[in-house]
Amino acid sequence: MSGGGIRPSMSFSDAARETLKNRTLRHNLGFATRTICSKREKVVAEIADWEQTRTAGSMLKDEALANLEENLLILEEKVVAAGGKVHWAATATQAVEIVAMIAKSHQVSKVVKVKSITSDEIELNDGLAAQGITALETDLAELICQLADDSPSHILVPAIHKNRDEIRALFEAKLGVRAETSEPAALAEIARTHLRQKFLEAKMAVSGANFAVAETGCIGVVESEGNGRMCLTLPEVLVTIMGIEKVLPKWEDVATLMRLLPRSSTAERMNPYTSIWTGVTPGDGPQEFHLILLDNGRTTVLADAVGRQTLRCIRCSACLNVCPVYQRTGGHAYGSVYPGPIGAILTPQLLGMEHKNANTLPFASSMCGACYEACPVKINIPEVLAYLRGKTAKNPAESSAFRAAFWMMSDHRRFSAALKGRRLGVSIVSGLGLVKGWTDSREMPEVPAESFRTWWSKRGQ
Amino acid sequence: MTIQLFITCLNDALYPGTGVATTEILERLGHSVEFDPRQTCCGQMHLNSGYTDEAIQLAERWLDIYEDAECIVSPSGSCVANVREMFGHAGHWTQNSNLIERAAKMDGKLFELSEFILKFGGMDVLNPYFPHRVTYHPTCHGARALGLKDSPEQLLRQVQGLDFVELSEKWQCCGFGGTFSLKNSDTSAAMLQDKCETICALDVEYCVAIDNSCLMHIGGGLRKDGKVPKVIHLAEVLASQEPK
Ligand code: SF4
Repeated sequence: MSGGGIRPSMSFSDAARETLKNRTLRHNLGFATRTICSKREKVVAEIADWEQTRTAGSMLKDEALANLEENLLILEEKVVAAGGKVHWAATATQAVEIVAMIAKSHQVSKVVKVKSITSDEIELNDGLAAQGITALETDLAELICQLADDSPSHILVPAIHKNRDEIRALFEAKLGVRAETSEPAALAEIARTHLRQKFLEAKMAVSGANFAVAETGCIGVVESEGNGRMCLTLPEVLVTIMGIEKVLPKWEDVATLMRLLPRSSTAERMNPYTSIWTGVTPGDGPQEFHLILLDNGRTTVLADAVGRQTLRCIRCSACLNVCPVYQRTGGHAYGSVYPGPIGAILTPQLLGMEHKNANTLPFASSMCGACYEACPVKINIPEVLAYLRGKTAKNPAESSAFRAAFWMMSDHRRFSAALKGRRLGVSIVSGLGLVKGWTDSREMPEVPAESFRTWWSKRGQ
Repeated sequence: MTIQLFITCLNDALYPGTGVATTEILERLGHSVEFDPRQTCCGQMHLNSGYTDEAIQLAERWLDIYEDAECIVSPSGSCVANVREMFGHAGHWTQNSNLIERAAKMDGKLFELSEFILKFGGMDVLNPYFPHRVTYHPTCHGARALGLKDSPEQLLRQVQGLDFVELSEKWQCCGFGGTFSLKNSDTSAAMLQDKCETICALDVEYCVAIDNSCLMHIGGGLRKDGKVPKVIHLAEVLASQEPK
């Protein structure tokens, strides 16, 4: 798979200009997100105490994060006690190295993967390929992206930008089969036949994790297709890569999480497959289990009192689906495996605000607040966006305009004088006119003969 | 009640008619209305564009002016939301507990105009008359940050002569977002185009909202395409009277 990773190669506005031109993408995406949003609204409305559940979810994540180190140490202890091995990876490179090392120790040159956005974050497929190891995606949508040599454009529905006909053509070209129709069932059948053989051959699997529970040492993966379960149970060796923020302290926390996650993500009351395992069980399932705990910038995010709430994210993707910007530009415009509103705050924080292109992401929002309203763990994304905007380096021309505006607004005599001469109105209007693009799509307002304060002062006489 | 007007910088400079209508409405409702000419801007533009220090100084300045008022009314959902939400947030970011406390004291004293009318009543006294086919766009800050949802629509539905049509996809942002429409002009234009299409499909004469910033954007999009619907602020609809 090409792409992946979290380092945008272009500014958001440049990338969006490209993706906006793709009418098919805009159409596919608009249709898909509208459908899922309206379903989501319905299933969310079924839960009378949804708001309280959101609050409970946000509080439990905050508590889990407040004791992160302790929770991780308990998790490690329990996983080891259950026969698993735990690895700590500070960076993406380290995590890839650990996976490659495990594969080599078993003389494995092919691994099956179940959807793991974390492995996309660390560019695992490319990293393994460089060492002669092929990673085969088994999630249907990820498989589609892999065959198309395309990167995922959505956290949950990575091929959301493609329609059925495009997928049918892709399968015919890459898998050498003829599809009778473009119906989802027919396409899924082709993928199933293709994948079944791979599952049976695979000695080693790599997975992500939706959560881990410290007190029990168990790991959980939530999915819709059952391909994940195949990966988690058939191979001899299982490697799970998990961001450190996914750990929950207690078993009962899973209940709250599972009330929030399926409804927010796939608009289902419950997802079809939830796999939870604890270490290894002799004679049943993988006989070797490795858990890689990935930092890759997360502890830096945790140290920031405002940005920290970003780590509550349970990757449900509700914020992507409701986002008017994402709906039009698609995920690739964000240049990271984390697109949409969560990507706009997570990517620059993981990379550091100095990253030249990542620091354009906090501006990729009209601040409409739809993401905050949808987020099941109440991450105040607009607040974090505004906060991160404050941390970006400013371009000199823009700063001097803002400084001039501040100079005028911080003194009412200067402000009144500008209004009297209609200068403020004229400068707003001509300012808009100067910005390339604004006047292509919008006509400028007219500047009135007198300001409100002039009207008011005359009225008093 | 004595009401301090909070006329935002954009309204003052470009949409004075909205301020005039707001004054008329509040006076007709029997309040005494004051306007403090020291007011300039609440700092929203600076805050949303990442100029946090400047924004905080403007916020503190705003509080100096309004802190002692009994009641403040503004015809702008987004500026009210800025004071209500973002002052406190900015205080938290910079560990400025003084700002957080002062901002919290504004709770229950500052209202967006439609919010004020919905809370205290008076539509029977105003008895507005606006014989046109009209739709309503719930602006994001009004609907979400202030939690008004589409309640201002209720006021429009009570206007004499007004033929109300509900907007489809009404919760979709129009794409303005202040500097967003400058920095990401193409994405903003794509959002605007969809908004204008849903408005035009209704065959209305006017699109109403409680924020002139969004209306400036929508109106600019409609006029650019030579489209018929005009935009108008809710205050101006509510201030309209049947000719005697
Ligand atoms: S930020 Fe919230 S809505 Fe978005 S993916 Fe994460 S949990 Fe879901």
